[in-house]
Amino acid sequence: MPYPAQYKYTKEHEWIDVSGETGTIGITDYAQNSLGDIVFVEMPKLGEEIQAGSTFGSVESVKAVSDLYAPVTGTVTAVNEDLVSAPETINTDANTTWLIKIDLTDPLEAASLLSAADYETFIAEETGH
Amino acid sequence: MPEVATALRKTALNATHRSHRAKMVGFGGWDMPVEYTGITAEHMAVRSAVGLFDVSHMGDIQLRGPGSLAAINQLSMNDASKLQVGQAHYSAMLTPQGTFVDDIVVHKLSDNDYLIVINAGTREKDIQWVRQTIGSMPSCHINDFSDMYTQLAIQGPRAQQTLQKLTDTDLSTIKNYWFTWGKVAGLYNVMIARTGYTGEDGFEIYIPSDEPTSARVWQEILEAGAEFGILPCGLGCRNTLRLESAMALYGHEISDTINVFEAGLNRYAKLDKPGFMGKPALDAITAAGGPARKLVGLEMIDRGIARDGYPVKSLSGEALGQVTSGSPAPFLKKNIALAYVPTTHTDPGTELAVEIRGQLVKAVVVPTPFYKRPRTIAPAV
Repeated sequence: MPYPAQYKYTKEHEWIDVSGETGTIGITDYAQNSLGDIVFVEMPKLGEEIQAGSTFGSVESVKAVSDLYAPVTGTVTAVNEDLVSAPETINTDANTTWLIKIDLTDPLEAASLLSAADYETFIAEETGH
Repeated sequence: MPEVATALRKTALNATHRSHRAKMVGFGGWDMPVEYTGITAEHMAVRSAVGLFDVSHMGDIQLRGPGSLAAINQLSMNDASKLQVGQAHYSAMLTPQGTFVDDIVVHKLSDNDYLIVINAGTREKDIQWVRQTIGSMPSCHINDFSDMYTQLAIQGPRAQQTLQKLTDTDLSTIKNYWFTWGKVAGLYNVMIARTGYTGEDGFEIYIPSDEPTSARVWQEILEAGAEFGILPCGLGCRNTLRLESAMALYGHEISDTINVFEAGLNRYAKLDKPGFMGKPALDAITAAGGPARKLVGLEMIDRGIARDGYPVKSLSGEALGQVTSGSPAPFLKKNIALAYVPTTHTDPGTELAVEIRGQLVKAVVVPTPFYKRPRTIAPAV
């Protein structure tokens, strides 16, 4: 499964796409596949500040709840409201289904996250393949 | 990821599951498929057509000999003297406190021969309990047959038509909770029981547990059900199916800290039969006016999913009890749960709250089962 090279990744399986001072955040294909059928997404409110490494919401599948961790620090500027009624979109295309957009506190902060290649190595180790 | 690698046991179909890309998970000490194509799709296949489950992790204990009826009736709260040959019933083994050692299905194979099907996670505990409780009773042999069978569950409104292709036994003559023996997929004397844990019509068959036979029969059933849209199913949908049908799961709705009245399973406890393990405690609970808490069905009113272990509170935040199982219900398309609450809060329509990550989310007590299958006659083959 290709992970977009322009994104950065966390070990908690979020991706972030940085464009100028805006970061767009989603969960990875590996995460959606591990969770199975996604039925519920809980997201922060507009204007809320999220802290790198802290939870900013959760995503639930039929069988499990998984916290969402902020890859970087920033202020929420957009929330993908479509996911309230159609959370399964994440299963269909995790790479392009964003959860939130944030105004980055430090546009350079994401540089220290995993590259697509690093992330693929990480999940290969995690699954033991 | 857990650091401690515990050796999980494998059923004879483990390689089949893995080669068909099932997602595997540890359950009750077993490495089992949690899903193949997805819990929702598998759940819907069972509700609308047919699904196939490997339930070989379940255990099987035989009680055999002239003393076996007396032994089973001491061990099990239901009354096995009411069973005819070829009939099965739901029951439970109780502690002296009237709480659960395990829930079981008792099959009467012949006079003086009973087969008890027990849960996977409690197999070792159960066999010890059986030996300890009735081992000294006369003329009853206890045999652990758990590893001898691959147990397959074919479940759903098309289960009969699917299995019928593989046997010349007329399946329409087997009533619910009855069983027979027949030739299935070329194997002689296969036990075919009209039982299951999904709330649908269906069968459970017990075939020899060698790998090639197990894999072959698994494949033949999938081929037989292909025209109906059969799906191989994992434990994920087995759980959501049984939850929609409000069937108890050991370690959740029933355990050694929950008694029969609390769980609402007292209709299976035959208190008028001669003494059985746990009966004095049940009589004492009745004499004391019944249990203080009971299991109820909850349906979430506000947005949120109740999960196992979440606190149940009053709308004003007073602690009432705990969710034992909670999940989205794929067929009903609601978020449902089973929970223990004080008997003052068990009337359908009572509004309560489930605490979900610190927030009180409104729910209402509803009658169970949440789902009841339509009682239509299966179409002719």
